[in-house]
This record gives sequence, C-alpha cells and structure tokens, in this order.
Amino acid sequence: MSATLDQPDSTTTTLVSKGAFDLDWRRVFNTGGLLALGLCFISLAGMPIGLNGRKLIEPVLSLGYLSLLWLPLVIGWTVGNQTVLEGMAATKRGPRDIVAGAAVGLIGGAGLALLILLVNNFDLRDPLVNWSPQLLEVLEFDAGDKVGRTGFGIGLWLIASTTLAAFGASLHLMPNNIRKAVIAATLTVISFAVFETFVIDVVDFLDDLIYAKRGGLKVWSSIALGVIAFTASLSGAGRQVGAYKQAYQANTGPSKRTQTTTLVLVSVALLIVIPMITGKITQELFANIGIFLLLALGLNIVVGLAGILDLGYVAFFAVGGYTTAVLTSPNRGDSWPDWFPLMPWWGALPITIVVAGVVGLFIGAPVIRMRGDYLAIVTLGFGEIIRILFLSDWLGGYFNGAQGITNVPPADFGFMEVKGTDPRAVFYLVLVFAAISIYVSWRLERSRLGRAWMAIREDESVAEAMGINTVNMKLMAFVVGAILASFSGAIFAAKVGSIFPTSFLILISIIILVVVIVGGMGNIMGVIVGAVVLIGVLGGPKQPGLLAELGQYKLLIYGALLIWMMLQRPEGLVPNARRSRELHQDEFLQDAWLKGEVDTDDEDLPEGAQA
Amino acid sequence: MNHRMLDIQNLSVTFGGLDALKDLNFHVDEGEIVGVIGPNGAGKTTFFNMISGMVSPSSGDILFEGESMVGLDPNQVTERGISRTFQNVRLFANMTILENVMVAQHCRTKQGIFGSLMNTAGFRNEEREIREHAEKVLGFFGTRLTGYRLEQPAAVLSYANRRRLEIARAMATKPRLLLLDEPVAGMNPKESAELTELIGKLRTEWGFTIVMIEHDMNVVRDVSDRVVCLDHGETLAQGSFEEVSNNPDVIEAYLGRPLEKRA
Amino acid sequence: MTTAMRARGAGRTNVDRFLTLIRVTLVGLIVVGLLAFIAQQISPDNPFAKWTHDGEAANRLTWAQFRGLVVTGVSQGAMYGLIALGYSMVYGVLGFINFAHGEVFMVGAFTGFIMSNKLDEAGWWEGIAFIPAVILTVIMCTLVATATAVLMERVAYRPLRGSPRLIPLITSIGVSFFIQNVVILLFGPGAKSYPQPPAWLKEKHTFLEIEGSKIVVFVVAAVSMAGLWFLVERTKTGKAMRAVAEDKEIASLMGINVNRTIVTTFAVGGAMAGIAGILWGLVFKSVIATTGFLPGIKAFTAAVVGGVGNLGGAMAGGLSLGSAEALAPLTLLEPLGVSGVSQLRDAVAFVLLILVLLFKPTGLFGERLSSDDRA
Repeated sequence: MSATLDQPDSTTTTLVSKGAFDLDWRRVFNTGGLLALGLCFISLAGMPIGLNGRKLIEPVLSLGYLSLLWLPLVIGWTVGNQTVLEGMAATKRGPRDIVAGAAVGLIGGAGLALLILLVNNFDLRDPLVNWSPQLLEVLEFDAGDKVGRTGFGIGLWLIASTTLAAFGASLHLMPNNIRKAVIAATLTVISFAVFETFVIDVVDFLDDLIYAKRGGLKVWSSIALGVIAFTASLSGAGRQVGAYKQAYQANTGPSKRTQTTTLVLVSVALLIVIPMITGKITQELFANIGIFLLLALGLNIVVGLAGILDLGYVAFFAVGGYTTAVLTSPNRGDSWPDWFPLMPWWGALPITIVVAGVVGLFIGAPVIRMRGDYLAIVTLGFGEIIRILFLSDWLGGYFNGAQGITNVPPADFGFMEVKGTDPRAVFYLVLVFAAISIYVSWRLERSRLGRAWMAIREDESVAEAMGINTVNMKLMAFVVGAILASFSGAIFAAKVGSIFPTSFLILISIIILVVVIVGGMGNIMGVIVGAVVLIGVLGGPKQPGLLAELGQYKLLIYGALLIWMMLQRPEGLVPNARRSRELHQDEFLQDAWLKGEVDTDDEDLPEGAQA
Repeated sequence: MNHRMLDIQNLSVTFGGLDALKDLNFHVDEGEIVGVIGPNGAGKTTFFNMISGMVSPSSGDILFEGESMVGLDPNQVTERGISRTFQNVRLFANMTILENVMVAQHCRTKQGIFGSLMNTAGFRNEEREIREHAEKVLGFFGTRLTGYRLEQPAAVLSYANRRRLEIARAMATKPRLLLLDEPVAGMNPKESAELTELIGKLRTEWGFTIVMIEHDMNVVRDVSDRVVCLDHGETLAQGSFEEVSNNPDVIEAYLGRPLEKRA
Repeated sequence: MTTAMRARGAGRTNVDRFLTLIRVTLVGLIVVGLLAFIAQQISPDNPFAKWTHDGEAANRLTWAQFRGLVVTGVSQGAMYGLIALGYSMVYGVLGFINFAHGEVFMVGAFTGFIMSNKLDEAGWWEGIAFIPAVILTVIMCTLVATATAVLMERVAYRPLRGSPRLIPLITSIGVSFFIQNVVILLFGPGAKSYPQPPAWLKEKHTFLEIEGSKIVVFVVAAVSMAGLWFLVERTKTGKAMRAVAEDKEIASLMGINVNRTIVTTFAVGGAMAGIAGILWGLVFKSVIATTGFLPGIKAFTAAVVGGVGNLGGAMAGGLSLGSAEALAPLTLLEPLGVSGVSQLRDAVAFVLLILVLLFKPTGLFGERLSSDDRA
C-alpha cells in the first residue's frame, strides 16, 4: 500500500534531509539507461524523420523533435516520484531531485549521442530501415555541411536531455498550484499545436490569427497561450471545475436526477449543433468515432458487464455488414437465387439484427462453458473462421470473396437518405444508434440481468448455486453484444458503400478492446471517453485521427497504451467505483479500514446509528 | 404427518481412487432440523456439494420431494427449492449487501430483457418486490445488515456479519430446504448462541427445513431434532444427540481408541 | 469442486441439446468426408464424387502427393509443437495464455533473418561453413528469443502476479501488439527473405523423398525435445519447474525460488520458440512481422489439443495439428465438394480447437495444471 506524495505532509510524515548528491545511483543508472534505450528506439523507429514534416511551433519545434523531447521530461518527472509507505520517512524535496533528474537526462542524452556517432560511422541500414542519412539530418539539427556538426548535435542533445529531465524532476519541487499551472500551460500549447486541424475546423478565424502559414503555432501565439493557461490555472479555474464535479458526485438526492438529465440534454444539444458548424474533416472524424463507439458499447456489455473476453467480436461486425450488403446491393454474389429480395436499408436492418442474433447464439453456445482464456482464443478463432469464409472462393458465389460486395446503396429510410458522402448525416444516424445502445447498456446494468452478470463475474459457481442459469445469462450477453455490433456493421456498409473481407481483421477486435479497457470497462461514460480519445486522436485501424501523422505509429501506441493501462490503471480512465474496488481489493479494504468504514464489531446497533 | 422431503439412497462418489461417499443413506422430513457431524474429511461438505448439484454421484439417487436431483445443474436444484451456504463464506464481495440478497432471488423472478428495456410496470413492480423481500430477509438478523449498510460492499463486513449475510442470501432464494455448512464456525460463544436461536427461528418463523453441518456440539445439541454422524463417507450413527454422542464408534472417530484396545 | 467435475446429464438444457447436435453434425461430416475420400481414391468417378463435384470426376490424390502432404504436415507440426511448449509451460505455471509467445517465435525468425544474411554476405551460408553458420544462427536466435521472453515476464507479467485471470491475458495481447509493431518500425513492414540455402536443403533425400530442410526440422525438433525432457525430468531446475506448476505456494515453502523458476520457465519456452523461428526461416525462407500471429494461435491450439501443461502432449498436439492442417483440406473438405480448399487451411486449426474443446476439453493426453488454475 503506498501513497505517492509530492509534498510530504510535514505534520504527519517524518522528513529526512539528504545531501544533493546522496542519490540511489543504481536507480539513476537504470532509469538513465532506460531513457537512452527509449530515445534510441524512437529514433530508429523513424519517428523523428516521419513526424518532422509537421510543425508544431513554427519554426522552432516540429512533431518529430517533440517525439524525442517528451521522453526526458516525463522520465525526469518519474525519477522524482517517491513512494512513501505509510509510517515511513519521506525524503525532503530539494536540489537532490534536480541532480537526479539531470543525471538521468545526461545518461539518456549520452545514449542518443552514441547512436549519432554510430550512425555516422557505420552502416546498419540492412536490418534497421531507419539507420539513414535522413535520421542524421534530423538528429544533427540540419546543421548543413558545417564541420563539427556532429559535435554540435551531440552537444545540443546532451544539454536538451539533461535540462528537460532536470526540469521534469524539478516539477516535484514546485508548490502544487505552480506545478499544476506549468502542466496546464504546456498541455494547452501542445494541444493547440497538435490539434491544429481540428481547432481551425471549429473556429476558423483562429487560422490566420495564431497559426503560421505552413502550419504550426506562431511563436508569439504559443507564448501567449502558455501565459493565458498559466494564469487561468493559478487563478483557480481548475478548482471551480473540480468543485462542480465533486458537488455532482456527492449529490445523491432527488435533484440528482434533474442534474443528470440536464447534463445529458446539454451534451446531446452540443453533439447536434457542433457538426453543423465544423468542416467535413471533423464530421468524418465524428462519424468514425461513432461507428467504433457502437462497437465498443456492444463489447462493453460482453466484457464489462458479463466478463466474457470475446476476441472475435469483429465477426459480428462483419456479419452485420455483409448481411446488409447482401440484402441491399445489386452487386452481391451470383449464387443468390433470383427470388432473394433486394430491399432498402431500413428493411434490411431487422433481418440483420436477427441474423446477428442467430450467429451470436451459434458461436456463443459452444464457447460459453469454457474457461475465460480458452473462450478468448476460441472466439478469436471464430472471428478468423468467419473472415476466412467471407474471403473464400468456396462461398465466393455469395459474397464475392476478395472482391467484396460493392455498390451498397446509402442508408435509405424511405423519406430520407443518409449518404456516405455526407459525414454529418452519417454521424447523426450513428448518434441515434449510439443512443439506443447506451440506453440498452444502461437499463440492463440496473436490472435483474445486470445483477446476475455481476454475480457471475464475481464467482460463477456460487452464482449458479444461488439459482442463476449462468449459461443462459452469458449467452444473452453474447447475443446482445452481437446485435449491437451488427448495428455498426450495417451503418458501416451503407457509409462506405462496399464491404471487403479485409475490413474485418482481428485488429479491429483488439482496438475495440483497447478502447473499452482504456476508457473504463463496464462503464458507459468510460467507453465514450475511450472512443473519443483513442479513435479521435489516434484513429481507427484504417481511419486517421486528429494526429494523422501518427498513422504508422498508432498501432505501437495502442499496444503500449494497453500494457501501461493494465499495469497502472486497469479500471480505465473513467473508472466505475465497483470495478476499481474489484481490481484494487487490498488497497480498497485497507483504505476502508483506515477510514473506519469497516465493520469491526457486531453489537446490535441502535436503530439508525452510524458506525 | 410430515412427509419425507429429502431422500438419499445409496449415494456414492469416488474421486480418483478415493471413495468420498460410500452407499450413504439419509433422509430429512419436512420441518426437521438435522445436524450432520463427523471428523474432518468425513465427506460432509462433499455430501452438501452433491445435494446442491455441484458434484455428480457415481451411483445412488437423491430424491427431493420425490423428484430425482441427480444430473441437474446447481441452478436447477436451487430452483426446485434447495439452497445452501458455504463453509468458507463465498459472498459476492464487490456487490453491495443488498445486491447480494437481491441477486439470490434470480430464479424466483422472471423479468427479462424486454421488461428491463421498456421499464414496464411489471419490471418496476418486480424490482420493488425483490428489494422489499431482500430487506425483510436482512432484517431477520436485526439492524446489523440494514440501514446504511445496505449500500456497502460485502467486503467490508466483519466475519460474523459475513456469515450472517451468507445465510441471508441462501434464505432469499426462497428454498424449502436449507443446507447450512458450519454456520457458526469462527464465531465467539455469544455470536454462536445468538445464531443458534436464529436457526431455530428459521424453522418456526420462516418454515425452512434445515440440514446443518457443525462441529460446535453445543449448537448441534441445542437446535437439532436428529443427529447423523458421518465418517469416511459412511453413516456411523443416527439418532438423538444423546444417542449419537454416546455412541462408542462416534467417540472413537473423534477421539481415537484407547491403547489397550488395539489388537 | 469445479464445474468440470460435474457430468452433464445429456440433453438437459436447450444449450446442451444444441451442443450435442453440433457434435453429431461435426462427427458426421468428418466421417462422410473421410469415406468420400476413400471412395474417390478407389474410383474417382464414383457417384458421390460426381454429385459433389458438379458432375465431374474427383481429383485423385497420388501417393507422391499424399506423402508430400504428410511430410509437410509433420514438419510444420514439429514447429507448432516447439512453439506450443512455451504456451503449455507458461499456462501450467502462471495460469494464463501468453498471447505474445507467437511474437517471441517471430523475433527468433527475425534474428535468423538478420544473422543468416550477415553470414551469407561473409560467404558462410554455403558449403562446409554452412553447418557452423547454422549452429551459430540457432544459438543467436535462441538467445534473443529467450531474452525477449524473459524481458516480457519482468516488465509486463511479474507486476500482475495474483491479478484476476483475464488481466495478464489482456496485457499479453498488448505486448504482442507492441512487439509486432516494434519490429515493423525498426525493420520495415515488408517481408524479409532468408538467403538462398545450400542445394542439399532443397533436394529431396532418402526413399521418403523428404526435402533436406524438413529433415533438419525433424532432427532439430527431436533434439530439442530430448533436451527439454532431460531438463524437466532429470534436473533440479526441471523438478522446481514441475513443483511450481503444481502449487506455487507450497513450492516456495519447500525452499524453491518461485520467481527464478518462473523466469526459467519463460526462458525455456522462449528458447524453444526461438528454435522454431529459425527452423521456420529455413523452411519458408521468409519472415514478416505478422509471421508470429497465426502460428502462435495454432500452437496454442496444439497445446490444448495435447493437454495444457503436458509437454509431451504439446508436441503431440503440434504434430497432430500440423498433419490435420496439411491433410484435411484435400482428404476431407475436397471430397465433400468444397472448392478452393487451400484457402481454408487456416480454418482447420480453429475447427480442430473447437472439436477438442467440445469432445475432450482436457486434451488428448490430459492436462496438468495446479488446482487453482483448473476451471
């Protein structure tokens, strides 16, 4: 059990002063080595080269350089982290932290320097694709043909790494409000720089105002933004927001219902209005987020509520897409009999739902009794089998194999059409279905079914002993998940206008899983946040997000994010109280004990007494 | 005349090479409280596991109200009216106390997806009934598990309260036969005495028939109508508490044989 | 007490009845398919074959073709078996599927690619120098794969000891993803080729007409299995591994350093996968970042088929899976009239997994797991 304190409370914890050079050198060297490895990896992965084109602050900072510079800063900050165990002495903050940070930064910088020297003198281009002159150019700051540019580059990196890491560590020394202000300022500037296209799309007069012609913030505007954010944070804007949040969460009375309803109505209004004023790129982004959100909501019921890890979830997406395509497109395979109907989208929808449900039953029935991990692999297998079948020549007569089914007409409701070329309309359609999915998740969670699923997650054999038919319950979750996924498939088919088997790789299942987990498993708000943050910023498997430049690297980030979240915060970004309890049982119990909430004696309490 | 509610005939089960139960015969009449005693490893919990459907017998039959329970899933057994507690308290730790008892009513309720989604009157009524019944069951143990406690996760309860919640949960499944596996294990004398009285009330006020595994002989003596002693998977003795506790085989099973008796 | 111990009353619930139906259908299809195959071998234009092939006679499989399929199947199965060992061992000890194990195999194959090309440039990849070159490559592949596996355990799995079961599985998915993409970014997304091997690897030898490369596979796999058997059954480390797989807590009470044993388990599994990697490279002569994904899943299937936790079973499962994969398309599916059977090869592994889990979930040779990992 630990508490990380930035400013150890001197009234309750003993503070020990240590000399500025009295460091845990082993930890410093290890961390420094890690930093060096990280910097070298980022370089060799080609990020500085690939991302160099995107200017963040014209002409000073590009995304390429940022991809290297953020690491010493963050690692410097972690070096300053102290885990202070309850009742143990904490070390007083002081120059010691800065020295530690600087040392780590120096070692990291040295590692990068070594890389520069190596790239200069050896050619390992054969295996390592990015070991190239372009890399040198970036790392040596385009210093042209000047002699000694290598030395210049190395020197600059050593200084940069050392100072950034020291700065990161020094964040711990600042008083809380200043630190928050600094972080707010940095994040604001970086956000405005990185999300340039989105900002311009929403508020386009800012384009000429704060952004430079070739992209990136102008230097003065970045400083201005930083100062504004800094002062705003210091003046307590954050605290206001925090206070609202606290008040909302603490409110358990009847007025909470009105509060929640207002919040929901306001959000819905915003969601309807914003796409009307933004440009097409943002609308397309919103539509993409929405399609993945639908999938995530469905998986959330299967994984988050019922606890079934379905890695083949993409199969239901595929079934939804293909069923819709087959029922609406004249270009479906030739083997379909002539009497097989061709219908508008809204007519195909109920059939798609039924087919998805049936497929869900077929896949679910054999797997539902298996152990959790086996179930994961078998569902993965089913996902692959379905993709292989759709791709095969054997069923090519029905699904056109690798050519896919083209000419899928837009979503036709009889009185209106939702064309794929009109992303705003697609977004509204997605919004409607998302609302349905959210409603379904929300109501099921609070019902007898939701309780049964919770019990199954807790202890399946006991749940069975308490009269719950676990097989049926799990199957039901599976089928509901399948149906929600098929909504997404149907919309996807109409939006893109064609269906190819390559759209349904296992990759999609995994990305949806990352969204659900990073957002918060079992928690509707979490899933929404996860979808917006991940798909919005990084993008889907084939769809670009706000950071389109990260295209090549996004899968790496997804993987790293999943690992990091599982290690640090498995309950997700927006945790649900119960799930955090489940995942941090020991800590929760200890906290409850410390707060006196644990039931320690069992005298019959007088009516209405508190413990 | 009270009819025979549970009839176990020649029940046997073998795990690997071990005969956990050998040709066991056992019966419970309606309204009885039967105490099951025996040294550790006698097969008592296995016995419960078989009645509740968690383990299948190798041979023999389990008749409940004349219907064979062999081969049924545990949830089907519970539906038919047999419910149990566990020796090592297995609550749904992260669910609230109220939820633990509400979910136990699953097999007695029927609202499905449609009702939940449409928030029909039937759904709302059933939820209300479930909640009321849960509070009533919890109220059986006084005020300990009520009030603000209802919304607390089960994990924060004290040991004795956990055992009580475990029993409450089993009660909530609206059974006819209640199997209690060491209900007072680990409790202090005051708690045990109180619970003994409550077990009696389970029969008189709630109408349950009870089979109880226990090691605490005071409890067994105070509340059982009849006592059965098991050892090595077989019935060693049956009868009233006095008869069984004075039975030399029973004494030997617990305390061993005096030296001179060994051949 | 586990759900596995309870014998299901046949047809008790609708789901059970449905499952029995599926079982019967699958067995029926297999039997009919095999009979049709036998029939078409005897007489290619028998009426059933004509019916399933739109009126044309079926293609008969020649002895040479059949033999070729068997050899391919068994050699591929040997590689699956080597990878399966890692899955089996980690599942036996820690109780979760190390999804990233397939990537350890891929890393081994990639190391082989780098080493073999460097050695080829130096002129060692042919003639007499080839043998030491291959041995050196095998050693390097094994070392790198082992290092990857050990690093994986240290960084991603050790902090999660004792978490609810699905958490390490999900983490391993992340690790798998991460390693794949690290490789893509460092080395580029395209397929990488091994250099041309010496002629004798491509030629067929002995009366069985087996390609040289496949003979190498058999020999190396057999030697590795023998080495593993020796390690697990006859050494102290092996005994520790078996003890930890049985019951971690009690093993530590007996004085076994559980952490170190777990690391050893990962290392040995990683080594086996590394060996499989270089063998794969020798047989297929090319590797790409996604090479690990499908064989990884298939290898896990093999582990389950043989019985998880059971090392002999893992290899047996691998061999069975490899053979089934090679033979089933042409001996089972084609006679049933399925066209384009080679595309459906990958599906065979998954269907086999489902079959085994439907009929004998503990695997052909029984699983060996600790009591808390069992269901």
